[in-house]
Amino acid sequence: MATSAPPLNPLAARTSRPGERLIIHVLRLFAGVSVLTTFAIIVVLLVETVPFFRDVSLKAFFGDTVWQPFGNLDSEQFHVGVWPLVNGTLMITLIALTVAVPLGLGAAVYLSEYASPRVRSTLKPTLEVLAGIPTVVLGYFALTLVTPMLQSVLGADRVEFFNAFSPGIVMGIMIVPTIASVSEDAMSAVPRALREAGYGLGASRSEVAVKVVLPAAISGVVAAIILGMSRAIGETMIVAIASGASPTMSLNPFVSMQTMTGYIAQAVGGEAPRDSFTYRSLFAVGSMLFVITLGLNMIASRVVRRYRQAY
Amino acid sequence: MSVTSPVAPPATVPPLDPSSFVRPRRRALREQAVRLLLLSATLVGVVVLAVLLVDVLLDGLGGLDRQFMTSYFSTLDPGSSGVLAGWTGTLSLMVIVASLAFPLGVGAALYLEEFAAPGRLNRIIETNLSNLAGVPSVVYGLLGVGVFVYVLDLGRSLLAGGLTLVLLILPVIIVTSRQAIRAVPGQLREGGLGLGATPWQTAWKLVLPQAMPGIMTGSILGLSRAIGEAAPLLVIGAAQARRATSNPLDPFEGFVALPLEIFSFVGAPQKELQALAASAIIVLLGLLLTMNTIAVYLRNRSTQS
Repeated sequence: MATSAPPLNPLAARTSRPGERLIIHVLRLFAGVSVLTTFAIIVVLLVETVPFFRDVSLKAFFGDTVWQPFGNLDSEQFHVGVWPLVNGTLMITLIALTVAVPLGLGAAVYLSEYASPRVRSTLKPTLEVLAGIPTVVLGYFALTLVTPMLQSVLGADRVEFFNAFSPGIVMGIMIVPTIASVSEDAMSAVPRALREAGYGLGASRSEVAVKVVLPAAISGVVAAIILGMSRAIGETMIVAIASGASPTMSLNPFVSMQTMTGYIAQAVGGEAPRDSFTYRSLFAVGSMLFVITLGLNMIASRVVRRYRQAY
Repeated sequence: MSVTSPVAPPATVPPLDPSSFVRPRRRALREQAVRLLLLSATLVGVVVLAVLLVDVLLDGLGGLDRQFMTSYFSTLDPGSSGVLAGWTGTLSLMVIVASLAFPLGVGAALYLEEFAAPGRLNRIIETNLSNLAGVPSVVYGLLGVGVFVYVLDLGRSLLAGGLTLVLLILPVIIVTSRQAIRAVPGQLREGGLGLGATPWQTAWKLVLPQAMPGIMTGSILGLSRAIGEAAPLLVIGAAQARRATSNPLDPFEGFVALPLEIFSFVGAPQKELQALAASAIIVLLGLLLTMNTIAVYLRNRSTQS
């Protein structure tokens, strides 16, 4: 999506051979698969979400703060208030952003304003390697290294074995490459003339970076943070491994929490039969997740487009 | 044109405040501090990566032996558990995903770059691709359950898992293939057409071979993303459908993959099994490292020519 196609496309001309026309039609079908995928995601989510809300009211879903979608629908223990899952997702995302925003922006400023080309060409691929580590590995890391470290520093009585803090930190490290690379692109796109004007007025390198380049690239930076946030919200394995499986309304990051993604991972692990309420609840939570991440991504791409027009 | 100052000079110049002057030495010191701070922010990621690798190697190298590679996961006999089902499952998945995602993705990219008239439909596809890339992988898992497991009735099988991963990485392959195709110079196309080649011959015999190294690099990176994914396979529930007698090469049977095995090892109550998680991670990272090395090799070879 970075650059548009060249204005003149010599092969776009119509071919006269029927066989070739057939090939091109087939290729068009291939391209259509991606549109079909979006369509299928929406249909699949709706097909189960609609009957879900026939069983429970919107009020029970959004107006309750207990998530216990198991057992009999009429029983006392049955609650489908989604807020504990939202709370877990937001807590962990917030912790992740607290880690990732300073580190990611710092890395972006360093790579774009300070690093020599040689340093840049070694540091950037290394950060990309970090982005390529499977998240199940990061989950292992959170559970077996970060959590014990937290427990020994803060006390095992304060920090539960499954908690929100440790996966939050690791998830923050996971989204550093996203935030760094998208904001670095924005900073590199700031015209040289602006920097030179800054130096001409006697500003130092850090002053130019913070007071000239950063404000000029602010929309790209905001988009980077939104994208990182969306990735954190959608991340599953780190939280499935390290944050436990208890939906909590607490604001204490040292207790076990469950996120929206964590619920989907846990409930299917329990093999929900197709017509069951649990099965439908997965898709209801999945719909929410889809709408939130899609919304954030659309905001991010709109912000980027607006910033592109500035220069 | 006369040069005029954009701002009129102030009528009265305010007296200078001496405390606003920054002493040069202190300023240079501050500059160094900022540089150091930014450098360390950049290095945190690198350090974490190093710590992670060392930690995994220390925990897992001991358990990594021949028996680990040739036996199955077992809760009855945790000490002799292995990842045979995991790595064979992952290799089978790779075959399915590569053989479908590669032609589909490259075909779509070729169409979008070379044949599609620039217009509204193209723009819709483009927006759609960028939105799809942002859909969480666990939602793809729900898609896989709904469409492949139930509607197409493939069951919780290797094929259902493979097809789900194909859809997951298709946007990645299309976007990187388009970049590679776009980088092929336009003269090549004009030359081909000028010599009387048809548009399809030009695309197939001139453009595509030139773009191939870039396409391969992007596809391998996409494939390595698919191999590391656990969430969609977890949602499909394929591991629960696997029986001890399941043939890992049969596309209609249940299966596990390395990321799923790691997840079961980590979550297992037995200490012996938890220790094996690190060994399984080494196997997975080794596979990914091999794939990335091939991708980088292809990229370097293409930039040399």
